[in-house]
Amino acid sequence: MALGVAGSLVLLASACGGDDGSSGGSSGGAGALEGRGPITFATGKDTSGFLPKQVAAWNSQHPTEKVEIKELPEDADAQRQQMVQNAQNKSDAFSVLNMDVVWTSEFAANQWITQIPEDKVPDLGKLIPATVETAKYRDKLYAVPITSDGGLLYYRSDLLTKAGVEAPKTWDEMLAACLKVQALPEAKGMSCYAGQFEKYEGLTVNFSEAINSAGGVIVDKDGKPNVDTPEALAGLQELTKGFSTGAIPKAAVTYKEEESRRAFQEGKLLFLRNWPYVYALAGKTDGSSKIAGKFGVAPLPGKTGPGVSSLGGHDYAISQFAKNKATAVDFINFMASEERQKANIQGTSQAPTYASLYDDPELTKAFPYLAPLKASILGAQPRPRVVKYGDVTAAIQTAAYDALKNGKDPKQALSELQTKLSTLITQ
Amino acid sequence: MSESAPVNNRTESKAGKRVTSFNEGTGRLAAILLSPTLIVLALVVLYPIVSALRESLYTSGQRLDANGFIVKGSTFVGLDNYSAIFHGDTADRFWTAFYNTTFFTVVCVVLETVLGVAMALIMHKAFRGRSVVRAAILVPWAIPTVVSALLWKWIFQADGIANTLLGSQILWSTDGWQAKLSIIVADTWKTAPFIGLLVLAGLQTIPAEVYEAAKVDGASVLQTFRRITLPLVKPALLVAVLFRILDTLRIFDLPFVLVGPHKPSVETLSMLGYDEAFNTRYGPAAAYATVLFVYVAAVAYVFVKLLGADVIGEARAKKPGGGGRAQRKRDAALPAPAVGVTSVGGGM
Repeated sequence: MALGVAGSLVLLASACGGDDGSSGGSSGGAGALEGRGPITFATGKDTSGFLPKQVAAWNSQHPTEKVEIKELPEDADAQRQQMVQNAQNKSDAFSVLNMDVVWTSEFAANQWITQIPEDKVPDLGKLIPATVETAKYRDKLYAVPITSDGGLLYYRSDLLTKAGVEAPKTWDEMLAACLKVQALPEAKGMSCYAGQFEKYEGLTVNFSEAINSAGGVIVDKDGKPNVDTPEALAGLQELTKGFSTGAIPKAAVTYKEEESRRAFQEGKLLFLRNWPYVYALAGKTDGSSKIAGKFGVAPLPGKTGPGVSSLGGHDYAISQFAKNKATAVDFINFMASEERQKANIQGTSQAPTYASLYDDPELTKAFPYLAPLKASILGAQPRPRVVKYGDVTAAIQTAAYDALKNGKDPKQALSELQTKLSTLITQ
Repeated sequence: MSESAPVNNRTESKAGKRVTSFNEGTGRLAAILLSPTLIVLALVVLYPIVSALRESLYTSGQRLDANGFIVKGSTFVGLDNYSAIFHGDTADRFWTAFYNTTFFTVVCVVLETVLGVAMALIMHKAFRGRSVVRAAILVPWAIPTVVSALLWKWIFQADGIANTLLGSQILWSTDGWQAKLSIIVADTWKTAPFIGLLVLAGLQTIPAEVYEAAKVDGASVLQTFRRITLPLVKPALLVAVLFRILDTLRIFDLPFVLVGPHKPSVETLSMLGYDEAFNTRYGPAAAYATVLFVYVAAVAYVFVKLLGADVIGEARAKKPGGGGRAQRKRDAALPAPAVGVTSVGGGM
């Protein structure tokens, strides 16, 4: 009962605050983020064990505004489900939400998260612009990007050196390099390239990267789907061609991140598209990887020049129904600060969003992939920022999978996808 | 829960006219004693069903206002959520899922019944190491479905054991017949022991004298099985099969984990409902759950009607001549096993 009353009061307060924010633009949102005191931080399972240290650093400086960690399941879908349920019950149990970058539009459109006036986030200009875009809905800021992620091209440096070729910058260069390397006796039976082509979120990522790298878009700047274009077709055809020529192994339609990493580590692949986490695992010298010390990383290749990666990572947002939002925004700024982000990459090897950290000598020494990762993230594009993301990504996966696995004509797959997206994205 | 009411009814009709006053008192006492149970049942069974049915008539959160915010509140749409299932491009998806659900139920349950009976016969035989065999057969049933789905996922992956043994390059988890086959294999592996277990219990109630008599009369093994074993384990077998049918009609976790969502060749009705609920369209999700609930109830009704499965153990209590009434009671009790379906759907 008391909870209900408190909840409705908070709702009332936040409803008023919301009005202020939308009418006053970026300057008049002061009323929206009020209240100081203890808050909670809802986040996916912390597998590194490092998060409590970060939060302890905050708690020791702010004894009256302590942050309590609420650990959600490891699976991203289950995290989202709990956050959605929490919002639909208008519960104030979660104050700060650790969200996947693709959830922002849905959560903002449903008013499950609070708009954050940009002047409340002093460091915003120091973050990588592409990551800040993921935190916006209709040009208004709803979250602050804390970690980022970008695709990298892993390659067998030992074999490339032996064949006398350099890391490729375009798809054509990559295929040419494959032909040269596959002529070597050591490369017998190896496939050229693989990404993640199983029917799941990773396929949306790989499909988006192929299309963006060929100069196409899925959703254009005005938020309209525009996938039935020659550029998009060129991108998708690059993948279908890879499968039909055998440059991409048939088994790659069953690959998620881990399957493709294993294939690369077992020496079955010459090139692999994957996330930075692979670097540490593939370099292990305990016998789990056959290619330790024999691989390098480069930015993703594209059609005519460097490719475009899809952005991964996490943004922190404030629940619409939370109490003590002033504390919440301070905590988010604390976690977004250069000092905390540096500590975070050292503790968890998650990529930061703070641009200067990519040139930090201490970090580039510890994480040799930071330079190509910086190139990857600087040129990266967010996946479609749409309210019905769940339906949009399912439609993209269906179109891509039909073309890659079921042999549907790429042009037809794209024109069907365009029709489908037009019904899903109504602005 | 359904058992208590009929028992009370029977006493009433039997002794009805003679000791009316005593009976009235008993009835009232019974009502008072049962009321907490009934209230709890109404709360945990009836309320979710009714609320899911109500939810299925509404829709919410599908329109954006000028500022890009979802319009709040839910709108009454009547049967629109239901007609949407059967019209437009969702109809294809629905009928594919309907076909898959039915296909898995028929194929899996038939295979499981045959294998389950065979397992029961083996477990029933007296031989050295019988306990080891029994334990080995029951292990799959003890493993949670999601875990066994992961297990089979490893077996069926591109460089997994299945392909190594077959010396082939079949991509099991991709869309197509092979995905269907992998579901059937995994489901049969996991649940045939369940039928085996129930049939074994039935087998152990058959007195040894019956078999001895058959032996004396010179009956062959096949004759003994057909004329003695099968009729005597029939009540247990039918209950086991009915439970498997109800379970398989709701199949979700095995295809979801082993093959993955949005794959037309293995998508089932509960996966459609889940998908709608996941995208916060609770109205259509409830409509899918209701359609599935009706389908499950109908299949169970037909099964019981045709084969007379003794779901609530009434046959043993049945008096000569009381068959008609008992039959009605059984039908009335039927939706009970299917209840879980709607509460799952509605609960999301």
